[in-house]
Order: sequence, then C-alpha cells, then structure tokens
Amino acid sequence: MKSIENVSRPVSRHVSRRGFLHGALVSGVFVLSARFIPEPLWAAEGDAAAPFEPSLWMSIASDGTVTIVAHRSEMGCGSRTALPLVVADELDADWSKVKIEQAIGDPKYGEQDTDGSHSVRSNFDLMRQVGATGRAMLNSAAAAQWGVSPKDCTTEPHFIVHRASGRKLGYGEVAAGAAKLPVPKKEDVPLKSRSEWRYIGKEGNSLFDLPEIVTGKAIFGMDAIMPGMVFASVEHPPVLGQKIKSYDDKAALKVPGVQKTLTIEAFKPPHQFQPLGGVAVIADNTWAAFKGRKSLKVEWGSSPHSVYNSGPFRKTLEATSRQPGKVVRNVGDVDAAFVQSAKMGGKIVEAEYYTPHLAHVSMEPPVAVAEYRDGKVRAWAPTQNPQAVQETIAGVLGIKKEDVTCYVTLLGGGFGRKSKPDQVAEAAVLSKQLGKPVKVIWSREDDIHFDFFHSVAAMYMKAAVGPDGKPTAWLQRTVYPPINSTFDVSATYADDEMGLGWNNLPFDIANHRAENGPADYHVRIGWLRSVANIYHAFAIHSFADELAHNANKDSVQYLLDLIGPARIVSLDLKGDEAEDAKGYPLDTGRLRRVVEIAAEKSGWGKRSMDIGKGRGMGIAAHRSFLTYVATVVEVEVDSKGQVHIPNVWTAVDAGTIVSPDNIRNQFEGAAVFGTSLAMFSEITATNGVIDQSNFNNFQITRMNRAPRHVDVHIVESEAPPAGVGEPGVPPFAPALYNAVFAATGKRVRELPLSKTKLA
Amino acid sequence: MIRFKVNGKEKTFDGDPDMPLLWYLRDVAELTGTKFGCGMALCGACTVHQNGAAIRSCVTPMKAVGGAEITTIEGIAPLHPVQKAWMEIRVPQCGYCQTGQIMQAIALLKENKNPSDQDIDTAMSGNLCRCGTYQRIRAAIHQAAKETA
Repeated sequence: MKSIENVSRPVSRHVSRRGFLHGALVSGVFVLSARFIPEPLWAAEGDAAAPFEPSLWMSIASDGTVTIVAHRSEMGCGSRTALPLVVADELDADWSKVKIEQAIGDPKYGEQDTDGSHSVRSNFDLMRQVGATGRAMLNSAAAAQWGVSPKDCTTEPHFIVHRASGRKLGYGEVAAGAAKLPVPKKEDVPLKSRSEWRYIGKEGNSLFDLPEIVTGKAIFGMDAIMPGMVFASVEHPPVLGQKIKSYDDKAALKVPGVQKTLTIEAFKPPHQFQPLGGVAVIADNTWAAFKGRKSLKVEWGSSPHSVYNSGPFRKTLEATSRQPGKVVRNVGDVDAAFVQSAKMGGKIVEAEYYTPHLAHVSMEPPVAVAEYRDGKVRAWAPTQNPQAVQETIAGVLGIKKEDVTCYVTLLGGGFGRKSKPDQVAEAAVLSKQLGKPVKVIWSREDDIHFDFFHSVAAMYMKAAVGPDGKPTAWLQRTVYPPINSTFDVSATYADDEMGLGWNNLPFDIANHRAENGPADYHVRIGWLRSVANIYHAFAIHSFADELAHNANKDSVQYLLDLIGPARIVSLDLKGDEAEDAKGYPLDTGRLRRVVEIAAEKSGWGKRSMDIGKGRGMGIAAHRSFLTYVATVVEVEVDSKGQVHIPNVWTAVDAGTIVSPDNIRNQFEGAAVFGTSLAMFSEITATNGVIDQSNFNNFQITRMNRAPRHVDVHIVESEAPPAGVGEPGVPPFAPALYNAVFAATGKRVRELPLSKTKLA
Repeated sequence: MIRFKVNGKEKTFDGDPDMPLLWYLRDVAELTGTKFGCGMALCGACTVHQNGAAIRSCVTPMKAVGGAEITTIEGIAPLHPVQKAWMEIRVPQCGYCQTGQIMQAIALLKENKNPSDQDIDTAMSGNLCRCGTYQRIRAAIHQAAKETA
C-alpha cells in the first residue's frame, strides 16, 4: 500500500498521516493529550461521544519545535493560522519555532466544517486551554528539575525562567519531563491576562503559509499528485436530475492521451453532496481529458427541472412575495398599525427587491485526488469539510465512514462551495472502477454550470410612516428556494436562512412582522459567503434608505433613529439559535457605534454637503455571524452611467480578534466580493440549463473596477470573538445602491447594477 | 520534437502540439506553482514569462513555445522584490491566484520601473482575485517599484 510519504509532491507538508504522531511518540517528546479537555467544550462542538486520542492538538520535540494541529481548513480567511496562534500565545511559544500540521477529517477534532465565520468563535477558549495547559506542565517539569516551586517560575517565549536565580530551561529541554506529568485540571491552569498576550490581537501576525504562497510552493488541491494517478474530466447532465440515455465515445477515444470513458451513476434524490452523474473521460493528463470530453456525444434523459427559466421564475417569486407567508418573527400588530395609519392619513411605502443566483467561482475550481484500495479510500481535497468528504464517499460507495481518510490541502478559495464534496466523491467512484488513483478536475465551465448556487430571491417590503417620518409598522417578506432543498426534495420554506438577517431586525419599531414564502428549487442551492444575509441586507437597508429619503432625513441620522437607543433586542429565539445567541446578545449600542464610526471616518455630513451631481455616498449597517459592521460607499457615476467607487469606509466590531491585519484584509476583500455581486454577477437558467459559463459572461470585479480605497476600522472590544470571513459582504450592496441613489436620484431595486442603465 | 527551456533547463516535448503550456507545466513537468483558473485567458492565474514577457499559459499551445525561454514562479530566485513586497504587505488571502499576479507584476516592473495607479490597473486587470486583494496588490507593486528603483 502506498503511503503518503511516497507522494511525489510534498503534499505531506500539509497532510501528514504519520509524521506528527509517530515522530512525537518515537522521540519521547512531550505530547499534550486531549484528555484534559473539559467535556462541556466538546459537547458544544460536536460528537461528545467521540473517543479522545492522545497527541491531538500539539507536541513539543526535544529540539524545541512545537507542532500544533490545525483542524480547520484554510481557504483564505486565516483560520489555519489564527487557531495555532492562540495555542502558541497561551503556551508562550516562539512562533518561529512553531510548525502547523493540518488535521485529517476526524470527529475526534469535533466539528470541522470551516464555514459560518466561526472557526475562532467556536475554538478560541479550547485553543487557549490547550496552550495554557502545556505551559503549566512545562513549568512544573522545569521546577521539578530545579527542585523549586512551580510558583517561583515563569515563562518567556520558549523558555521557563526561575525568577529568583534567573536560570532558564528551553521548552525542548523539559518536554520529555513534562510528558510524564499528569495533565492538570482546567481550574488549576492559569490563562494569560489580555495584557500578557503576545500574538492575540497583535499587528505582527501574518499567514503561516505566506512564504510558500508567494514562491508557488504552497500545495492546493489542484496541486496534489499521486504516483500512477490518471486524470478525469466529467460530462455532467446539463439539467439537474437528467440521466444518461446513451453516449458515443468513439471520437473521444481517438484523442491522443485518452485512455477510456466511464460512467458515474446519477444521485438518488435528495442530491445532497452526491455526484451529479455523467460520463468521465480518463486520460494521461488534464488536457487530454478536457479535449476528449469535447468529442463526447451524450444523449440525456428528461428532468422535471428543464422547466426552469429565470424570467418566469422571477415573476413566480415576486407573486409569492405579495402574498402572506409563514411568520418568522412578530412584534406588536402590523396589520392593525397599517389600518390605524390609513385612518390617520399616514403614508404607506412599499418596495420590491430582487437578487439573482450567484456562483462561487473560487479561483481554484473543484478538484480532488482519490485512491480506492482494499475497500478503503484516501482522498486529498481542497475541502472546507473533511468529515463531509468521509460521509459522502462512504454513502456513495457503501463503505464505512471510518474507512475514508480525507487529507485537507490548502483551498484556492472556498466561499461555501467547498463544503460540498461532490467532486471528491467522483474521484473515489472512478478510482474504484479503475483500480488506481484518480484526479478529477472541473473546468471553469463545469464549476459555473454545476455549482451549488446562491439562491435567487424576491423581497417585498411595506411600512407605515408616522408624521415624524419614522415607521410605525414594518412588514417584510422574503421568498427563495431554500438551501434545505439540497437535503429534502419537499423543502420549500427557508430554515437557517431566517437567522441570517431576517428574524432579527435590530430596528426600534413598535409593529414588525417578518415572513417567508415558499419556492421550489430547480438547481442545487447552497450557501455562499454570508448566504441569505446578502439578499436580506439588500432589501432591508435599501428600504431603510428609501424611508429616510421619503422623510427627507439624512440617511445616517435616520438609520440611527431606526436602530433606536442602545439596548439588547429581544429576539425570542428557540433551539439551536437561542443556544448560539447566548453570550452574543443583539446589542444595538454596538450597532450604533459602528454606524457612528463609519460615518465619522467617511466625513459623512461634511463631505456629502459638497457632493455634486454624479457623486454620492450611501450607508448600510448589518450584523451577521455575530459581528457588527457598518459600511459607507462613495460612488462617482460618469456620463456613460458607469459607476466608480473611489472610497469605502467600513467599521467592524467582531469582539475579541486574533489578527487585525488579516481582518482588514478580509473586509477589504469583502468590499471587492460585494462589488462583484452588486455590480456584475448574475446566474440565469434557460430550460434548466445555466446560461453562463466562464469569466466572460459571469463577471466578477477586476482591479480597474474595484473600490480604489477601502478603509477598515476595527472597534476595540473584549467581547467574545464573533466572525470575520463573511460579515463584510452583506452591507456592501445596499450601501453602494444607496450611494448610487444619492448620486443619480435613481432607486435601483435589483442586483446586479449592470442590468440597469444609469445614463 | 519541440525544444525549449523552462527556468533555464533544456526541455523537449513530443506530445500533442495543441496542449497548452499550462498543462505541460503542471501535469508533465509537475511545476504546479502555475495555476489553472479558466482555460480562456480570462483570469491570469496561469501567467508565466515567455522570453521575459507575461503570457497566459492556458492558451499558449506547446507548438508556440519552440525555442522559447519559459520562466515560471519556481524559476524566480532568489526572492524577487515583488515577492518581498507581497509578504511585507501581506497581500494573499487564499493565495491561489497570487503566483499569476506576481508573474504579471514582475513583467510590468520590467517594462515600467515606476508605474502609476493607472499603469498598474492596465497591466493587472486581466488577473482576477476572488478574495479581493487588489488594493494590496497595487500597494505591493508600488513598494516593489521603490525597492528596485
């Protein structure tokens, strides 16, 4: 059996099966067991019944090298660096002596799905505890060696210091002694005070993989190579649910380098993360596989989803949004307030918003290498969720989850797409048929045609406005095919999406109702960076700005009035949502603060007074993934109606943070991601087939159209860590559209802006 | 038989002359620092140098590289001021597009020692970054220009 050490590329730098564990045990180094981890932490994270193995999180070798396990995936948000930094800080380790080992998928690490901006949030306390326990044990070992009390010893990076004598011992020198000590109880392990942190919250932190990235040595999924592997490109059914009727591979087999074709069985509904099915061209290299596919002729069967046409579907969604839906939050009595308002001669304002499907288009398309051998699978994949790789392959091949090993490479972007491992399952299915390792490479066209799409959505908003211009009643309805349709064919109502900016409106309005209407799915629906917050924030914050204009009020002042006084908003959440909200109450004081900071930094008021025709500023503030964000966008609309973005100011309160510069990078990037979906990107379908195919017709932001300058202000906070990967995205589009309104007087109510002529 | 050089080393190729250089580099030569992003010269992830000029290797067939000197990210050594600036400014997020961005930036600075923002936009807008690191890319190019001046 081939071992990973034989892989010709140094994939093992990232996914070592043995290097860490065996090296640590053989050399008798200090290995910090997971057994000391208090169970409640695990219970909150995932499978509490999971067996705990030793050497789960870190080891220290006799040369002082500290090895820390990263159990979250790195897709560009910094998780792989941030969590080991927390361990290293509490351990008081010298970061230059730290190595990171990427964990395989395994429930012993708890939940491993790198999504929902929660890697730091869910693991911060645990990682602190791991590091602090190591430090305490090293301290005790050194004290024993000197014959002094551990209380008389302290640490400086990578050394134990005896205070009285100034004697020092390196971590490597006492590691073996520390390994023999019992693991202290949590209550006996002191954590550092905030003022003692060397890495957490500090400017000096940079990505662990930075040197490899800039020299081309970093190993992404696309770069995984196994000896003897073949290359596969898969022709998928153009319409979801179609099956192969017949196919002709004669011409494909004549292409030099093509070895054979194989079929992959279509999924059984619900599709979940199963392969779509299709015909795979197996070849000596990627190019031959791609070329062979062009010569393949496949006749497809029928599918109920071939009725999917984006134009008519939009009308269906909009019609549904005008009808009462399922109530997901109710405050006061909206209907009575509308009646009352009509009697008093109050004003009713209504508006409808529409947002299209989006594709993720990570720069690295879906790809995976898998080997099936003796009833077991080993897979190398750029995955956000290695345990989902195990489950999906196990389900498709009918083997045990434990017999699937998933090594996680770096991800060339993820944005939610790479939580779904259908392409990894394809590689495993093909490897089983071929008896050799297979690399499946999706072309960009495959990626765009067969994504798990961000949902198309229609929102209906209605408010009764009092004499002071403030709403006395606010009704909001949202309709879209839900993500749950991926797991349940009968699902038509949203589920988790409601918590993503819909059942938690932070405004001070006496009568408020949020509803959700049903919609059918016709393509695979999935989560994309910030998910339903994108369309929910677009509708809510566009509508808020419409009301401000309607009341002839300044947008910032009106927004602050809507938010109302600093308070904790009662959300009446249940179940998991209520559990998640513990420790993270919706605090309008924090929301007000980011609005005020963004407004101040942007020179709002002063600058907007000077803004002439064709220039404008807009604001939106949205809390998502427990992080408070306000964004001001400045636009210039030229005589051709083209929109330029000279400046963006964002204020962020993410609670306690690990790497400030990475957070600035995330929010700078979120402004660009926001520009893409606000100005350029749209996925549509005709007869069930996706119309877009590559970056020529599914456009994302290029440098010349990106915001020229994005200024990110981080609010200092000692609140628990929230999230940073996604929350920058939701407020961007409404802030931009509000700026376009300020510049042009045109209120555009659909994404992307490229569909509307501004001149 | 096609003869050419990759990072200073003599190479020959007698496979499909239509195979793009990208797939030769990645699958045959196993130089995986050059990335696949679109296959249509729309994203720049596959940027390498042919006789010093930036090209998109995904649309450059092997038959067009006869006699050429190809340089990939692996051939940029020692560390180039562009790479140093990329590290100091901490440009990358996921990092996948960055080798293409760096190869494009090195080619730009070879032609233009002191590019303006406009020059940088013109040279770099063919290189996509879905993480959205453009602001830092621009800053890093300015910094590298100062370094090399």
